Amino acid sequence: MSKAIIEHAAASETFNKDESYVDWHDETLWFVRQKRDKSSKLLPEWEQLREAASTIKNYVLSHMDTLLVSFEQKAKENGIHIHWAADAAEHNEIVLGLLKQHNIGKMVKSKSMLTEECHMNEFLSKNGIEVIDTDLGERIVQLRNEPPSHIVLPAIHLKKKDIGDLFHEHLGTEAGATDPQYLTEAARQHLRDKFLTRRAALTGVNFAIAETGGFVVATNEGNADMGAHLADIHIASMGFEKIIPKQEHLGVFLRLLARSATGQPVTTYSSHFKKPREGQEMHIIIVDNGRTTQLGRPDFRNSLKCIRCGACMNTCPVYRRSGGHSYHNAVAGPIGSILAPNLDMTKNADLPFASTLCGSCSNVCPVKIDIHDQLYKWRQVLVKGGHVPQSKELGIKAMSVILSQPRFYQWSGRLGRSVMRTIPFMVNNGLNPWFKQRDMPEPPKESFRDWYVRNRKA
Amino acid sequence: MNSRDKILQQIKLNMPSETVLPEKIRFDSHFESTENKFVETLSAIYTEVIVVKDLNALKEKAEELYASVTNRATTIPFLNSWADFSLNIADPHDLEMIEIAILEAEFGVAENGAVWISERHLPHRALPFITQNLAFVIPRNAIVNNMHDAYERLSDTTGWGCFIAGPSKTADIEQSLVIGAHGARSMVIFLIEDYPGIL
Repeated sequence: MSKAIIEHAAASETFNKDESYVDWHDETLWFVRQKRDKSSKLLPEWEQLREAASTIKNYVLSHMDTLLVSFEQKAKENGIHIHWAADAAEHNEIVLGLLKQHNIGKMVKSKSMLTEECHMNEFLSKNGIEVIDTDLGERIVQLRNEPPSHIVLPAIHLKKKDIGDLFHEHLGTEAGATDPQYLTEAARQHLRDKFLTRRAALTGVNFAIAETGGFVVATNEGNADMGAHLADIHIASMGFEKIIPKQEHLGVFLRLLARSATGQPVTTYSSHFKKPREGQEMHIIIVDNGRTTQLGRPDFRNSLKCIRCGACMNTCPVYRRSGGHSYHNAVAGPIGSILAPNLDMTKNADLPFASTLCGSCSNVCPVKIDIHDQLYKWRQVLVKGGHVPQSKELGIKAMSVILSQPRFYQWSGRLGRSVMRTIPFMVNNGLNPWFKQRDMPEPPKESFRDWYVRNRKA
Repeated sequence: MNSRDKILQQIKLNMPSETVLPEKIRFDSHFESTENKFVETLSAIYTEVIVVKDLNALKEKAEELYASVTNRATTIPFLNSWADFSLNIADPHDLEMIEIAILEAEFGVAENGAVWISERHLPHRALPFITQNLAFVIPRNAIVNNMHDAYERLSDTTGWGCFIAGPSKTADIEQSLVIGAHGARSMVIFLIEDYPGIL
């Protein structure tokens, strides 16, 4: 986005202004997390599935070159055109070139976080191409002129009243209407017309299979299939890490993906594309855009195992209370915070700090990415590289002075407790970030250490 | 150097040291009755499962269920007299009028209610999505327990296929589930007992 970036903490503060709204956002996502729990617990082999998925993905990272070459060869044999894009700009140019070549000015698109990462819609629109997002949530945020706030639930930050107002303005629904059934029906009619009149469709790729040259696209709405099967040209964009070795591995991944995402046993549609239909052209764009660099960082490479289920977002206490937009990155939440610094350390230096390091993200991750460890490690890299603001660095230095000198630490604690008791307004004020949205705790009479020293003597 | 070679070269330089694939990648599911589990799973995703004895019974049921519906299509020759919409068209956009399609499919999966359908059974890929309402017919004994079994069974060599589990749906407006997003608004699955091979 060309807009100036507002740091995560500042954006969260805005998000937290309306307490009942934040509570609602928090509870809605927690509800999704609970559905994931319920669904995963129905499978006694759940942990073994995670282990299998993780091991397959590790294999993928260590055989990436041969898998991609094999995929390319098979796909070509199947009549699919393969393109390689080193960065976002090249990806966008390839899409534009294909559309121009076919004289196409309008395209439908199903969900693809990669095209968000590449800011493709903006680029195409500047070049006179109209792109219609067809996933309902994505269409909603597109009409609002904002990015998705969640990779699986793009409009999770909106209330139905917001959507009712939006549809009234853009789709001519009745003023004040908020019934989800009615609003969805309006979107169905609106988008059906687009599906029937667009000659090009772009989809993402959930899994690309090296063994067969095919790829799988999963949706609940059926929008990827509606677009692709009616269009003359189907373009599928994938980050190269989407590759898996064999078709049978889909058994592992498809059992994990939807259960982790929304608690469903599988998405409504798991569409397996292998060859273009007769008379159709099919293109796959394999994109790097920083992924090779990430692959070369031993501490961070296994972020490339991600299958984009969103479970880490739904469980994250920070994401739930700050909203996806506060992460100013195509992929928000814990996984976004370990992917984003790779793309731009200066712009995204705040993100690894947007975490309590509670580890819940790593516990729910279906491919066992050590997300919270990576958040912690990114902090060190970013501070060492001079990417964090001086105030934060000074704070860290001050903490390190206090924590490395036991006597000074004890004295500071005593001082702090006495200040809180005798002059509480020194801490109970707006300048103290710990005082925001909460009351300061009653200061204890003595520290644990004092208590321990006293009682051990007795 | 072109982007392809550049990317592949960079990958080679940056890849971690070799690891191996896991030995165990498939797990057995134990259901008291595979069919009951299938029916139960589908009922949770708004899909009715109807057991019919043979093609005659299927036709009777189809006539009963969709009596007042026009624009009925099917891929099952035995139901041709039931249908009033021919699939013998060149442009898939013309399928837009279809209200109900009864389609032969290959097999079902008990753990998630998915049914595999592919080009082997379809004249048009768009058909199961563009029809307003959808019904699949699969042999009663063609239900596997889980996705591992499904991929073991999958011998498809056609250009496209899909697991479809229930009608299309969305919960993008405040997490309220709405059936009928872009694809089928309703789904029925017929399990047929006497299966004469290709229907």
